[in-house]
Amino acid sequence: MARQKSKEATTSVYGAGPKDLTVEQHTMTIMVDNEPGVLARVIGLFSGRGYNIESLTVAETDHDKNISRITIVANGTPAVIEQIQHQLERLVPVHKVVDLTVEGAHVSRELGLFKVVSTGDKRIEALRIAEIFGAKVVDSTLESFIFELTGKPDKIDAFVDLMRPLGLVNVSRSGSCAMMRGKDVL
Amino acid sequence: MTTAQAKTKAKLAKPKTKTITGADMVIEALAEQGVDTVFGYPGGAVLPIYDAIFQQKKIKHYLVRHEQGAGHAAEGYARSTGKVGVCLVTSGPGATNTVTALTDAMMDSIPMVCISGQVPTFLIGTDAFQEADTTGITRACTKHNYLVKDVADLPAIIHEAFYVAQSGRPGPVLIDIPKDVQFAQGQYISKDNVVLHSYQPQTEPDMAKIEDAVALMAKAKKPVFYTGGGVINAGPDASKALTNFVKETGFPITSTLMGLGAFPAHEEQWLGMLGMHGTYEANWAMHDCDVMVCIGARFDDRVTGRLDAFSPNSKKIHIDIDPSSINKNVHVDIGIIADAGSAIKAMAKVWKDKKYQADPKAMVEWWTEINGWRKKNCLAYTNSDTIIKPQYALERLRAHLEKDKRDAFITTEVGQHQMWAAQFLPFNAPNRWMTSGGLGTMGYGLPAAIGTQVGNRDGIVIDVAGEASILMNIQEMSTAVQYNLPVKIFILNNQWMGMVRQWQELLHGERYSESYTDSLPDFVKLAEAYGGIGLRAETPDELDGVIEEMLKTDKVTIVDVRVDQTENCFPMIPSGKAHNEMILSPDADKFDKTLV
Repeated sequence: MARQKSKEATTSVYGAGPKDLTVEQHTMTIMVDNEPGVLARVIGLFSGRGYNIESLTVAETDHDKNISRITIVANGTPAVIEQIQHQLERLVPVHKVVDLTVEGAHVSRELGLFKVVSTGDKRIEALRIAEIFGAKVVDSTLESFIFELTGKPDKIDAFVDLMRPLGLVNVSRSGSCAMMRGKDVL
Repeated sequence: MTTAQAKTKAKLAKPKTKTITGADMVIEALAEQGVDTVFGYPGGAVLPIYDAIFQQKKIKHYLVRHEQGAGHAAEGYARSTGKVGVCLVTSGPGATNTVTALTDAMMDSIPMVCISGQVPTFLIGTDAFQEADTTGITRACTKHNYLVKDVADLPAIIHEAFYVAQSGRPGPVLIDIPKDVQFAQGQYISKDNVVLHSYQPQTEPDMAKIEDAVALMAKAKKPVFYTGGGVINAGPDASKALTNFVKETGFPITSTLMGLGAFPAHEEQWLGMLGMHGTYEANWAMHDCDVMVCIGARFDDRVTGRLDAFSPNSKKIHIDIDPSSINKNVHVDIGIIADAGSAIKAMAKVWKDKKYQADPKAMVEWWTEINGWRKKNCLAYTNSDTIIKPQYALERLRAHLEKDKRDAFITTEVGQHQMWAAQFLPFNAPNRWMTSGGLGTMGYGLPAAIGTQVGNRDGIVIDVAGEASILMNIQEMSTAVQYNLPVKIFILNNQWMGMVRQWQELLHGERYSESYTDSLPDFVKLAEAYGGIGLRAETPDELDGVIEEMLKTDKVTIVDVRVDQTENCFPMIPSGKAHNEMILSPDADKFDKTLV
């Protein structure tokens, strides 16, 4: 064997990963049995295999059938995204996994609560911007507001950016809820 | 079926039911699932089930000496019989001790159900004595697990667990049963009244893809079959179908460590195992092929070597029952989700119906090339008159086994001896080879041999072991003695953790860090202390006599074969190298030891 200390020679089988590094963001909807531990299984799969979760929402959507709907926004290369979908499908309590980003047009919405503490001009400006965004005031004192805003995640991001210099102290975001457009059902 | 649904259905259907305790339900459900053998170890939180075991005759319990042993014994039983292996352990340490065995079964897709006791429901979360978050701990190392909080759900959960364990890609399932649930009374539900809605693995192939795949095979000039444990898991029928189809096509075939035995090793088309310590001809055929037919294998890193140089010019067909295995490590051209047996039968039918035939001229050329690689005689080693070479010991074992009329089952520990066993022992039928492939668990072989012998009382079961691995679960000698299981432990004793030593020699500048075992026990006396038989071979001329004697014993027997301390296992694809860069025994001196 040639005695050369090239880069190639030191590449370990463990390090020879895929070269395709285009990271995409995908929104997936997962229908699961609403039973203890199911969320831990989903999250454990992401942490155990090194996948990244951007956001995750979950709640029971069909009480009679005991079904919950999870919406996950995940980042990864196309190969990783494909793996995530198949790995999720392997979980026993999972009924269905749909990659909305692959399926096509879908609606994605997020709810945010924002606490803004300020007085004087800043307080007035905060209220004015909230009106422009269509945010509701759900709590108010003489020195603070809590705004409620629903919209696409990037709209929420924009609102956060504008409120920051105006006394934004707390943000609580729900993560994305998503649904396919049109008459098709999951 | 979810637990809530199970309840609803039980109420609606009003099947013939009887009110019994949770512990009795366990026995009833196991018996209904066809279980007659359980490996286990009692403890506080599982006593009600042990009380139920005491009062019945349907299920025979084998008492192990450590819960890890129970898990591996269940695995050995499952691999050699094709049935689901069952183990029963207590809460806390009982459950945590099974984690290695569960992970092992997970990696190698072995159907197994582990029942663990848990502290009573009202104590869960209080850091009670022998409490552990068993479902939390085992979530990542089981195919699925359950914590049973209501006795009404217990029968449905057990039936569901057996379905999950053996359907689709098999794997371990754990059921954690709190002690108060074992005592509680409830109605038993039989398995026919349980339906699972969410988990429905696909087993039948997409015929359009099968036709594409077979058409591709028919056009191939340099085809190769690459098969794995999925074929074994699909049952002996699948192995038979594979053998017939491979003969029909005339293609060469290689297999992973897990897949040995699916295609008879004595056939001319058999190239031997592939991968890191696979044969020269198998790895070169994989590298140079133009069509690769992968059935029930998963492109593991020990098989592929360097990924970007893996079989660069081939079209790849991948058949697997697990959709997540397809395109996981290697991108394939045709991915088919199916049970290996169904897919092979479907392919064979298309091949026959369309009267396909391999290109005769291309096949002659391909086989000429392969036979050229075979001439390398890659498993050759330099024998000695004075020192026992480990390869020679296994060749002699092979010769004696070929004369023996009994069905031979081989288990192994993990390391050099495991690879030599895979290279030198004959595997002509499925379910005769039990080894820890994916996880690489030292200490697997002896308990697995015990499970294998329990499932195959008339067979001859040999654990090919290293002196380091065997010490990891040596306590199971006592189990073998208790149940008169005449397991043979064939130790290739070189006083080193051989594979670690080999890597340190070749890849870590010959710095032998902590790989030598000082103060080893006298294995002959050790065997005798347990009530077994101990034999020793120190020179090559003693080998045959010792093996003959070993095959005659009716008790658990340790054979301490003192082998060459510095022998390395070749061929070897060094980590980070491609299939065509493998090194053979004579090349070893030329190997650049400063590479890594």
